[in-house]
Amino acid sequence: MITFIIRRVLAMIPTLFLVSVLSFIIIELPPGDFMTSLAANVGTSGSSMDAATVENLQRQYGLDKPGYIRYLTWISGFVRGDFGYSLDWKRPVSELILGRLGLTLLLSIISLVIMWVIAIPIGIYSATHQYSLGDNILTFLGFLGLSIPEFVLGLFYLFIGIFVFGVSVTGLFSAEMEKAPWSLAKVLDLLNHLFWPALILGAAGMAQLIRIMRGSLLEILGQQYITTARAKGLKEKVVINKYAVRVAINPLISVMGMQLPSLINGATVLGIVLTLPTTGPLFVRALLSQDMYLAGSFLIFLSLMLMVGNLLSDIALAWADPRIRYE
Amino acid sequence: MSEDKHPAAASAPQNEGAKTAADVVAEQFLSAEAQATTLADESRYGLSQWQLMWRKFIRSRTAIIGGCAVILFYLVAAFANFLAPYGGDQRFIEYLYAPPHTLHWDAQTGLYIYALETTFDPETLKAVYKPNPSKKIPIRFFVHDSPYKLFGLIETDLHLFGTTEKDVGVFLLGSDRQGRDMLSRILIGSQMSLTIGLVGVFLSLTIGSIMGVTSGYFGGRIDELMQRLVEVIRSFPSIPLWMALSAALPQHWPPERVYFAITVILSLIGWTWLARQLRGKVLAIREEEFIMAAQLSGAGNAWVIFRHLIPAVFGHIIVIATLAMPGMILAETTLSFLNLGLRPPLISWGVLLQEAQNLESMRHYPWLLTPAIAIALAVLSFNFFGDGLRDAADPYSR
Repeated sequence: MITFIIRRVLAMIPTLFLVSVLSFIIIELPPGDFMTSLAANVGTSGSSMDAATVENLQRQYGLDKPGYIRYLTWISGFVRGDFGYSLDWKRPVSELILGRLGLTLLLSIISLVIMWVIAIPIGIYSATHQYSLGDNILTFLGFLGLSIPEFVLGLFYLFIGIFVFGVSVTGLFSAEMEKAPWSLAKVLDLLNHLFWPALILGAAGMAQLIRIMRGSLLEILGQQYITTARAKGLKEKVVINKYAVRVAINPLISVMGMQLPSLINGATVLGIVLTLPTTGPLFVRALLSQDMYLAGSFLIFLSLMLMVGNLLSDIALAWADPRIRYE
Repeated sequence: MSEDKHPAAASAPQNEGAKTAADVVAEQFLSAEAQATTLADESRYGLSQWQLMWRKFIRSRTAIIGGCAVILFYLVAAFANFLAPYGGDQRFIEYLYAPPHTLHWDAQTGLYIYALETTFDPETLKAVYKPNPSKKIPIRFFVHDSPYKLFGLIETDLHLFGTTEKDVGVFLLGSDRQGRDMLSRILIGSQMSLTIGLVGVFLSLTIGSIMGVTSGYFGGRIDELMQRLVEVIRSFPSIPLWMALSAALPQHWPPERVYFAITVILSLIGWTWLARQLRGKVLAIREEEFIMAAQLSGAGNAWVIFRHLIPAVFGHIIVIATLAMPGMILAETTLSFLNLGLRPPLISWGVLLQEAQNLESMRHYPWLLTPAIAIALAVLSFNFFGDGLRDAADPYSR
């Protein structure tokens, strides 16, 4: 088990290096740099920045050096926890992104928990009541959940918030809680503001999990050891919960790794729609203003999050299903 | 074509190759549901593979509904300019943010709507529209209005329906900020949203097939290199990567070039999934006897690949392509919605939803959200259709 983990972690390092190079290249793709786009922005607002000022600023921030040197200076800072300097915000990148990444992670984790807690019982119900009315309705709802993109669900959520409850549902806190000191009420308010976004985020994944759980349990229920268990006179409840579900859950763990990308994607988009301080809004702004170190750091950290998540789900699978380890 | 393949061959052990263990377990269980249905029908032994697939496909009601809906969507897109009462950029300056009309019917006038009376709210200075029941505006079919080119070729100005009066529009789904008919824009937007998926999938499929088939068939170094490449690309979460790439498109590019660039960007990431799926299939088929037989009788690699391998996996290629469509449509809409994809004057469903971005407009003009319903319906039909195709593509499974 330990060698399995070590091997996987070592394999991540070259990938991470390539990811960082690619991120830097992509961020550098647009013609010009932060200073030229700043100059353009200043230009549209009436006053103008002359070429000499732009050049001076470029030199001051090292933007005149060739790409690979800038990449090396930037990436070597990562070891020290220095992710570069955001030219747009005039603050170190690390200050800006850590809280945002944390919230993205928190939102993804809450959503993962909600997904599992809801999907497993429904999957069991669907499998044990195959082709019943309830099963058919749930299957259809599942398809619906798969088909509606997060941002549309987010828009509907805003819509319902306004028209049905008459409240604004954006942000992390209600207006009266925004400035209040931390208290139990404020924490509850925060959780309340995170629960629905997390549910929206998990909708597609939940639908997928229900389908897999249903299929996997149906397959297991047809196997001989289940018949044996029943023949022994075990209660149906025990047969399902202790014998079948335990094995049927394994494929769910394995898709966890596949669902992480969509969670991270969703959290980014949903953050923009619901103006949550996740990575989304800041990332878009950084991209549009060519704030390259900020945007690049976001890309790298989101990828890292994805890789670590995949690693964890593989470890979880190897732990839950010992057959995997010996392949 | 492996038409002479006996049904028993399907139970041959599938060599999934060097995928991660997780993928294998998941895939086995994903297809378990499909295998749960059985049909012991003697007559099917004489049928070709395609006939078997067709038989299996039409047995699933949801797949047929999905398939018909997909065809309908593309028909609507093809005839969008005719079905839409107005052109996509046609403005009715008298009716900014007009609410949806309700259709009425009586024997004397036929279908009609009530004319809208405009008053101004003294406080907000916003226009308030009220239907005036005493003034009926009849709806006529096959009316002449703004000119357009059907299929980009035939010049005409015929529209399925519209009003007879020049400056009074019929807005079945309301109008937008600039007084443009939402229904017309949704219909015309379907052309962008649905074709970008098609073109994107086609591009990804081309790259994905070449990469997947080569690496699956030859294995070894090439395979390892490709797997690495796929792994690195897939280490990025797709939406942020798409966002970063589209942000790199110069603002001054003409719309057609942006459209093409977006499809390329979508395919740059999209192919990895297709290549991986295909590689798995090719790895399994490579071990089958008919491939070995061809190789033993002296066929070159190119012959084996094009004459035996590709026909054998062709069904799967189609399935994979269909299953990739919803993702492409969603990606385009999401990017455009975030102002990073297509931009006006192009009309796509994502571009239309940009208007619904702020709370203010959603509160007052909820009909701006209607494109979202179109997106959901299109993706839902593709999901149903693709799911049915996937089950049908393996006709030998029980």
